[in-house]
Amino acid sequence: MLEMKQITKVYRTEVVETHALRAFDLHVGDGEFVAVTGPSGSGKTTFLNIAGLLENFTGGDYFLDGENVKGMSDDARSKLRNRKIGFIFQSFNLIPDLNLFDNVDVPLRYRGMTASERRERIEKALADVGLASRMKHYPAELSGGQQQRVAIARALAGGPKLLLADEPTGNLDSQMARSVMELLEEINASGTTIVMVTHDPELAARAQRNVHIVDGIATDLRHESPLRRAAITAGVAGA
Amino acid sequence: MLAYYFSLAWRSLRQHRALTVLMVLTLAVGIGATMTTLTVFKTLARDPIPQKSDRLFRVQLDMYPSDVKNSDNEPPDDISRFDAEALLAQHHAKAQAITVAGGAPLEVGTQTPYSAAMRYTSADFFPMFMVPIRYGHGWNANDDASRARVAVLSEELNQKIFGGADSVGKSIRIQGTPFTVVGVAGHWRPDPRYYDVNTQRYGEGEEVYLPFSTSRDLSLDMNGNMNCYKASTEDNTSLNAPCVWLQYWVELESPAQANDFKAYLSRYSEQQRAAGRYSRPPNVRLRNVTEWLDYRKIVPSDAHLQLWLALGFLVVCLVNVVGLLMAKFLRKQGEIGVRRALGATRRDIFIQFLMEAGVIGLVGSVGGLLLSLLGLWAVRHQPTDYAEIVHLDPVMLALTIVLGVIATLLAGLLPAFRAMRIAPAIQLKTQ
Repeated sequence: MLEMKQITKVYRTEVVETHALRAFDLHVGDGEFVAVTGPSGSGKTTFLNIAGLLENFTGGDYFLDGENVKGMSDDARSKLRNRKIGFIFQSFNLIPDLNLFDNVDVPLRYRGMTASERRERIEKALADVGLASRMKHYPAELSGGQQQRVAIARALAGGPKLLLADEPTGNLDSQMARSVMELLEEINASGTTIVMVTHDPELAARAQRNVHIVDGIATDLRHESPLRRAAITAGVAGA
Repeated sequence: MLAYYFSLAWRSLRQHRALTVLMVLTLAVGIGATMTTLTVFKTLARDPIPQKSDRLFRVQLDMYPSDVKNSDNEPPDDISRFDAEALLAQHHAKAQAITVAGGAPLEVGTQTPYSAAMRYTSADFFPMFMVPIRYGHGWNANDDASRARVAVLSEELNQKIFGGADSVGKSIRIQGTPFTVVGVAGHWRPDPRYYDVNTQRYGEGEEVYLPFSTSRDLSLDMNGNMNCYKASTEDNTSLNAPCVWLQYWVELESPAQANDFKAYLSRYSEQQRAAGRYSRPPNVRLRNVTEWLDYRKIVPSDAHLQLWLALGFLVVCLVNVVGLLMAKFLRKQGEIGVRRALGATRRDIFIQFLMEAGVIGLVGSVGGLLLSLLGLWAVRHQPTDYAEIVHLDPVMLALTIVLGVIATLLAGLLPAFRAMRIAPAIQLKTQ
């Protein structure tokens, strides 16, 4: 589903050059649920932005569902993003001026679907997250957990193959976090690939596989011994 | 998608009412001021006879004595009676007319005498200036030559004294002399009254048309300018008086005919100089209607200045709208980031925000239209002769809306461009 080979990302200013990702390799297969962890400033967000085609990379190759996105125009990346990727953000990122129906409608509008097809998908997506009865409500009228459910409905309405989640439970209490996590697991069980960035080791443990990023380099913890895995995630020098 | 963008724009305007009201008011005031000024300017500058304004020419001859200093080297605006009658008799153009305003008491039956505004002219006046004739006809060259007691009434006067009926053949008395009505004009009100800008330039015109020759035979009073260059014991309106007071117009079919006529005027001037009537070498002018109105500055120079000031004010308003739109759009950086993440292309974002500017332009234009109507109402209450004819016609009405929308779209280009360039990744993290 997602394959990054030797991806580098360098931010340059007049005085400083920052290497956010260095020879970053990652393969995520169809239907996997991968948790990406790492300390602040390790490159998690940069990875997620590049994976979500929101940012260009400096070097390497990135294949999304078999398509090499290197050198793609901004328009082509937008269209690919719309077709293949769903986003879930830590702060939900619902549009406050739109009601739930219209929020979920946003990605479908850019797909050029007919009104009836959009309505059908929106109603189903909101029903799937248990908010069918609140379509005309505005985000401010919902709890944090409900808002995140709407964001998930919006991400799923277009039927993406890849769901990118950035700290999806970071702004929720433990009960709501659990409920959202269960929803993500259900989604993954239905075949959607999920890549989730998180700080929370408990949530990461619920994913099928963990990838740890330190200084812009990804380490697949699947290939490490339990002792070394613990040392890497704890950030022990020389691990 | 345009309907979607429109609905988003409309929703956005309703949800940020204070900012919307500020932008709409700014725009409406700018457009209102511009359209009011532009409408007044257009009224003043309009072509009063577009069908033939390039074929009707005003004649000027230089009969200034040699000691008169005219720094611009322009001949007098009007010509003398001698020259007017001589040119009319020579009949060198396709059509030609002497014309001057006048006034005399008019009586019908036993009605109280009434001081009527008159125009003394010659037969070609009616076809040349396309005066519509409702009943009867104008008079002919024989009537001019025979100083016939014939008259053409304006529609308004005919309504007033004959109740609007066909009055051809009826008798009226002008300064005690009986005249026969041979025609009644239809509604005719050229604005400005280009054929005689010496008197009232706008508004209601003359009520009775008489042969010029008859007016002189009866010594009827004239109105307008009378400039005399030598002391004379004669009546200023007599044939040989050294005075200029008549307007003379000719109709010519082509530029070639105009050149030919100008050469003819030069030859005529040379002959008059040889005869001792003129002191100066030939100095003639032949201006068509547009050139004549420009020359006589029918559109005052301060009207041009006001127009430029109003346009400058509109630009200032638009710059303010640019600033307000920029502030509004940049407040939506988070939404832009989300939309981009969900698949919106830069073009989608650009069109969405340009549509929002366009909708503001549309609402602002309607506001501007209302302010224009208010402004024009105020103009109509000013003591100027053109005040009552200043109206917003359908063209200007459409122009107001189009100008408002286009101006706001232009104002929205930069903010929409900036919105389109917002990097989504940063906004999503900072929401």
